Amino acid sequence: MAEERPKYLIKAGKRLDGRKPGDARPMKIETGVIENAEGSAMVEFGKTKVVAAVYGPRDIHPKHMMRSNRTLVRARYDMLPFSVEDRKRPGPGRREREISKVLSETLNTAVFVEKFPRTAIDVFISVIQADASTRVAGLNAASVAMADAGLPMRDLVVSTSFGKIHDEKGKGHMVVDVFKPEDNWGMADIAYAKLPNLDKYVLLQMDGNVTKDEFFKGLEMADKSLDDIYKAQVAALKKKYMEGSK
Amino acid sequence: MIGDLTKKNIIDSVKTGVRIDGRKIDEFRPIKIETGVVTKAEGSAMVELGKSKVIVGIKMGIGEPFSDRPDQGVLMTNAELTAMSANEFEPGPPSPDAIELARVIDRAIRESKVIDLEKLCVKKGEQVWMIFVDIYTINADGNIFDAGVLGAFAALATAKIPVLKDGVVDREAAAKKSLPLDGKVVSTTFAKLGDKIVVDPIRKEELSMEARLTIGVKDGNIVSLQKGGEGGFNKKELEEMFERSLKHSKALLKTLG
Repeated sequence: MAEERPKYLIKAGKRLDGRKPGDARPMKIETGVIENAEGSAMVEFGKTKVVAAVYGPRDIHPKHMMRSNRTLVRARYDMLPFSVEDRKRPGPGRREREISKVLSETLNTAVFVEKFPRTAIDVFISVIQADASTRVAGLNAASVAMADAGLPMRDLVVSTSFGKIHDEKGKGHMVVDVFKPEDNWGMADIAYAKLPNLDKYVLLQMDGNVTKDEFFKGLEMADKSLDDIYKAQVAALKKKYMEGSK
Repeated sequence: MIGDLTKKNIIDSVKTGVRIDGRKIDEFRPIKIETGVVTKAEGSAMVELGKSKVIVGIKMGIGEPFSDRPDQGVLMTNAELTAMSANEFEPGPPSPDAIELARVIDRAIRESKVIDLEKLCVKKGEQVWMIFVDIYTINADGNIFDAGVLGAFAALATAKIPVLKDGVVDREAAAKKSLPLDGKVVSTTFAKLGDKIVVDPIRKEELSMEARLTIGVKDGNIVSLQKGGEGGFNKKELEEMFERSLKHSKALLKTLG
């Protein structure tokens, strides 16, 4: 799939899929999609589709990971073989392992981990279809799934991506919620997450090349999009319990 | 693991403005870089960052390019937190920490585009140079991220491309050509301890920190970011770290000569 780099990813303020720079793709969040799990959620960002399930607090294996004063939230991010163009070898590679590590750290920031000593809370995140921004979609799903599981949390984790893409003159523009062509051929992409009510950035990863001013301009645009994601997470959680009370 | 009392000491110490090793909040440890320490390697460097010691070796070979980048050389970065370098590390397959370390160093080198990978294409779609960057800790006392980036860049900057004879590497012939490099990259790592943010944390500080941020910088631009740890930063703190990293990167560039 050796495609050529497109001459531009944005032209006259319009991205390749017609979005404006600050626009996120259509988003869908649904809870309670996996009955066996304590909590679960499905999230779609355009064509990116992920599911997350939460099990626990439960016994921790291997035992040496046990902590006497807290639980460990362990995220396992997995890209399914058919979720991408060329089949991905099943099982976690180095990329997945790194993502699982940073997502675990991020999720631990939201949970009152001291409430469940000597246990583990396992969060499984599967990417069913990948069209970039999969880790941030996964985090949103994990956040909703953890709340759905009734875990004591200090805040929801809301997450999105932003990036820098070139116009026909090669000039960079900051945009929100990058999709595949922008991820492949853009000048920078940033995945991040926030605890909105605590005003804390709890995930931040970047590849590319930006100035300090560009970064903060993009962050401001993306933060606006986080407001919508936060509302959608809350709405999805409410919906399940409203229906349940009927 | 670290005891609660030690952790409290470290955080209290930062509050006073003097860290447990006597440094100021915004002070790097002394840096020493020696290149050419392994003559069998195409390039190499030994970096000392305070008590942290890291050795980096570059090996090159001919291989097939990735199908989506048929005209580009391949960069592979591997890092090992060796059991010899600290009490807490164990032998065996790379831990998530080691994988993260390798990928963060890789990100700084790759995204800064300091290596012009297109110039390392031998025959499009068939033969390209593979660059293996291997980073090994000799003594791990925190901030292996920045030591690793310094070492990786110093080793790449002094590496010589082996001679290619009829599509095969001729290790007998003297290698003279340097890698196609464009500019320099460095990284700066911060740790949040209490409500203060220190630069270049030692291991004890890393074990006590709430959150960490590594910022890769080239020509005053930010080329890579990685947050770690089970805590976060607010926007003001991010801005502060970006400012400080630009300042530190100038000093770090000087150590690269």
